Amino acid sequence: MAGTTQREWEVSRDGDSALVLTYPARLDPDINARCVAVAEALRARSLSGVRDVVEAFATVTVHFDPLSGDSDGIAAVLRELAAETGAAVAREAERAGREIGLPVRYGGARGPDLADVARFAGCSEAEVIERHCGAAYRVYMLGFQPGFAYMGAVDPLIAAPRRAVPRVHVPAGSVGIAARQTGVYPVASPGGWQLIGQTPVRIFDMARSDPFLLAAGDLVRFEPIDEASYDRLETGLR
Amino acid sequence: MTGGRRGLVVEDAGLLTTVQDTGRWGYQHYGVSVSGAMDLTAHRRANRLVGNSPDVATLEITLVGPVLRFETSMRIGVAGAWFGLLLDDRAVSTETVLRVEPGQTLAFGRRTAGARAYFAAAGGFAVPPVLGSRSTHLRSGMGGMEGRALRAGDRLVVGLSRGVPRRESAATKWKRCTPLGGARVRVLPGPHAGLFDPAVLRRLETARYTIRPESDRMGYRLDGAPIVGPEGLSLLSQGFPIGAVQVVPSGDVIVAMADRQTAGGYPRVATVIAADIPLLGQLAPCDWVEFERCGHRAAREALLESESDYDREIT
Repeated sequence: MAGTTQREWEVSRDGDSALVLTYPARLDPDINARCVAVAEALRARSLSGVRDVVEAFATVTVHFDPLSGDSDGIAAVLRELAAETGAAVAREAERAGREIGLPVRYGGARGPDLADVARFAGCSEAEVIERHCGAAYRVYMLGFQPGFAYMGAVDPLIAAPRRAVPRVHVPAGSVGIAARQTGVYPVASPGGWQLIGQTPVRIFDMARSDPFLLAAGDLVRFEPIDEASYDRLETGLR
Repeated sequence: MTGGRRGLVVEDAGLLTTVQDTGRWGYQHYGVSVSGAMDLTAHRRANRLVGNSPDVATLEITLVGPVLRFETSMRIGVAGAWFGLLLDDRAVSTETVLRVEPGQTLAFGRRTAGARAYFAAAGGFAVPPVLGSRSTHLRSGMGGMEGRALRAGDRLVVGLSRGVPRRESAATKWKRCTPLGGARVRVLPGPHAGLFDPAVLRRLETARYTIRPESDRMGYRLDGAPIVGPEGLSLLSQGFPIGAVQVVPSGDVIVAMADRQTAGGYPRVATVIAADIPLLGQLAPCDWVEFERCGHRAAREALLESESDYDREIT
């Protein structure tokens, strides 16, 4: 920012119970870091009438009670945070961002689409695994289901598109690819991502004091494990 | 009290009866849907009849109502959709406070208006709160009675009432009408309205849509005039409010309701104003919907008006 560029964000109304801060619609870690920083700062303010602050890839949506919430006041705070804290806080947040390792058993019954992804990439299954584990992925946002993290960016070579026909049942912990995104299914559900493996770690568990393992802004690394380690970890985590 | 905890037994669950409150707010950034009552005004109204605070859990009763047997005496109230109500053999009316005795049975009969009734018991239903709310979100199996709709044989524990109960058989002066067959709702332009062809927007405002049978608490899928979305537009997912009018690639229009996801990537042409969401919540599959454009000032006035109607004293 630093006043050198045109203001690249705007605050607008989204119906009469939400406001949205919009940055240029790009899958960009810097833009997303600003969204996370503004959302966290706004949540910390606990403004009256604000019900939810939802950071996404390049937006922050603020849901408020249309009766008790002061939309002009909330919009002013949102503008202030975007202008003043956006860039600086984002850099700071980036340094403080958590790095989380997730063990994954790739292929076989736990990753039934690994062969398809290898075919798409024109490489071996081992190379798909190597490339998937070779990067740290940013959690851009959570959505779709409780705890589902949209992470990126996947190596373009292995960035296979969603399956043409979604699966009716995807087991909890399944690790999937959808174009440049990767993610872990927190609970068993239908799903259309290419499943390349499964983690024994419960990324969503209501029995924990903090049910959500991942938050927007985290960095995730996947680590390959064998079946014996999977079983051991799964038992240990139970 | 006859000893033991206050409660009731579900003899017949009806079509879809769930525990709901004002919603699970504060966790959408973790992907947790809000859920909550589809008609929050009627939910609050039912609570008010029995002296509960507005956020206490009620039963949301959908289209075909349940049969409930009371194990202990309690005060109850019903608001929202109109059903023929039978307390044992006696016809009782919606929008009243009733005192029921152990062994009595309340049966929801024929529905004459609206889609969803709210049944409140003084003290509320004591299902365990999940992330601060007792609302049932069916898709994620969260909240309410074990994350699911009620079934015959379920027993619901009723909490102790701390509120001031209304006079028995009190009637209300609520003016709001419960829709029969359809409703006209007001909309504000959606965040992507500018990307649509203006002719498309006029089409949305002049067409009569019908709610498709596969519609549910997550969203109403509408039949009628398909909308041509902006060509080649690919949007990144972002948060969206209840009442968001989304256009999917097939041209179908989907209105987001209580169990909506926390974020989505469909272009949104309009948003139903907060004041008209309860009306929308009273619509059933095959009912019609029309959209009428309004401005923010009108939306605000409509909300204040509906709130003053809600505040009208119960006599």
